[in-house]
Amino acid sequence: MKIRALGLWEVALFFLLAGVIVLNAWLSPYFLDVYNLIDSTFSFSEKALIALPMALLIIAREIDVSVASIVALCAVLMGVAADAGASVPVLALLSLCVGTAAGAFNGLIVNALGVHSIVVTIGTLSLYRGIAVSIVRDGSYTGFPGGFSWFGQHYLWGYVPVEFLIYVIATLIFGVLLHTTNHGRRIYAIGTNPDAARYSGVPVTRYRVALFALTGFMCGLAAVLLASRLSSVRLDIATGWELQVITMVVLGGVAIAGGAGTILGVTLAVFLIGLLTFGLSLVNVPGIVMNIYIGCMLIAAITLQRGATFVRLHLLSSNKET
Amino acid sequence: MKAMTPNREAVLSLIIVAIVVIVIVRAPEFLIASNISNILSGWGFLAILVMGQLCVLVTRGIDLSQASVLAFTGMFLALLSQSMPGLPAAAFLVLATLMGLCLGLVNGALVSIVGIPPIIATLGTMTIIRGLIFVLSDGAWISSHEMSDAFKAFPAGAFIGVPQVFWVALVVIAVFWVLLNYRRIGRDIYAFGSNPHAARNAGVPRIRIELLVYALSGAAAGLCGYLWAGRFAIAYTQAAEGREFAIIAACVIGGISITGGRGSVLGAALGALFIAIVESALPYLRISPFLQTAVIGAVILFAVAANARSERRPGRQILPRHKQTTGEVK
Repeated sequence: MKIRALGLWEVALFFLLAGVIVLNAWLSPYFLDVYNLIDSTFSFSEKALIALPMALLIIAREIDVSVASIVALCAVLMGVAADAGASVPVLALLSLCVGTAAGAFNGLIVNALGVHSIVVTIGTLSLYRGIAVSIVRDGSYTGFPGGFSWFGQHYLWGYVPVEFLIYVIATLIFGVLLHTTNHGRRIYAIGTNPDAARYSGVPVTRYRVALFALTGFMCGLAAVLLASRLSSVRLDIATGWELQVITMVVLGGVAIAGGAGTILGVTLAVFLIGLLTFGLSLVNVPGIVMNIYIGCMLIAAITLQRGATFVRLHLLSSNKET
Repeated sequence: MKAMTPNREAVLSLIIVAIVVIVIVRAPEFLIASNISNILSGWGFLAILVMGQLCVLVTRGIDLSQASVLAFTGMFLALLSQSMPGLPAAAFLVLATLMGLCLGLVNGALVSIVGIPPIIATLGTMTIIRGLIFVLSDGAWISSHEMSDAFKAFPAGAFIGVPQVFWVALVVIAVFWVLLNYRRIGRDIYAFGSNPHAARNAGVPRIRIELLVYALSGAAAGLCGYLWAGRFAIAYTQAAEGREFAIIAACVIGGISITGGRGSVLGAALGALFIAIVESALPYLRISPFLQTAVIGAVILFAVAANARSERRPGRQILPRHKQTTGEVK
């Protein structure tokens, strides 16, 4: 029953996506231009990379609101290293390590204190951002080596942005991980009932740390792409991303109470939001006004989901207790 | 459990006193009148917001939209004072509270009637309301000379040398104190937060409670919005952005459990005082303002660690105890 309902959600997302494409094509003649569409992926690839592990976290009943701060911390430390003359592979490795460490720290604290991850990550949100801000202050880092721009600005075979290719590969890996492996089944089990999962032999605490560390790793990866694309790091880098990432995940049909959600749904939501914001930017809607549409879409999506459940439970099955 | 709460508040008071003593020893100029007045008004703003958040947190919810409601109300009233300069301060106070109340009711309806998880509903309204400020103002700043004198006079004024914001905060705290401790609906809020299922069986009206707490939270934010815009004599789209984390930090430090059912008005007020004093003390200790965010983050983590026992998630020990474990972890 649950599986059927989820399938329904993805079908609904698919039609919404089609609707957005038609609407945008009708609003602006420049929307269906191949080069424009390719370039539009730059606006969401990095956030979408973080949405993947976030989906796993939320499925496992956890959440990490410190992701944007981890991105900022990684980017700033890369800036410092670049000023000290680090080479491109060292920079990338540094970012991935810092991200993983920051994520693992979140997971360890959540485990050690046994409190809900939103409280812990609100704390580390301020902590990581604060450390980043106190390093970069009101200046900026722009001294990245020449080859560094490859990650965020290069097109493979003249058409495909490196960023987008990395995102597609990551999506495939996460899809396989969640939907075909034992690890994926265990993540669902933890999210459905952590106690039952523990008593049936799933090492819940270890999975929790691993998922937070994975989220941190992907934040490190996103930081590499972002710093490379902007080739400049300031204190307000990646602000507000946590909300956009969570919006992508929740709009993708991942249940905020845990235990349900698919990578396909998240992918559809990523493209839905990405193409909607791109289309709106073509007709000169300012960014902050776009947020109104995205916020409304988030609330409408959950309302629809609730409505569908209500109809199914109360109207379609007469023998069910109400 | 109940006996633990005064203890916690006593400890927090001692910590606050200790911090103040340390700061004064290091920098006696911390005690100059203008700084004390700044601390009192800073505490006032935070305390009003925290009172609203307290009610929401007790019901296992969370209201992330407070800072947006604050900025929206401030902007709307600043524009209103521009077009209707004759309005008295009392009208602004009432309008601000009502406006916040209505915005809060939207949150309440989304949570209680539609059934959207609080963190998602208020995340959504937070973004939407912030965007609406931009639409309302066209991105412009409303600065001091564009506001009417009546608009600025009350929030920027003082009574016996103490900023009006402080007195308003005292009144708000008194109202919440009476409501939460001596009114039936207040006790219902705690009952609902401790165990929604049991409370429902005991006849506590779920929808009415949730509508009420989000409305109160919005009303507090709205009231604050007017005082904020008036005192700082500025209204802009990004006003108080990011302040929601300081509000939640104050609550956590004040011993309010994010998993519901637990938290006192006194604790919340002390939590707000803690944040207000730490924020104002940093410059006097020659700590870079850029480090402020990091310090607040570290303080939140310490407070969470100190409160860990009461914050511990329900349902972790299902075998030894025979308790209902259906409480959803949000």
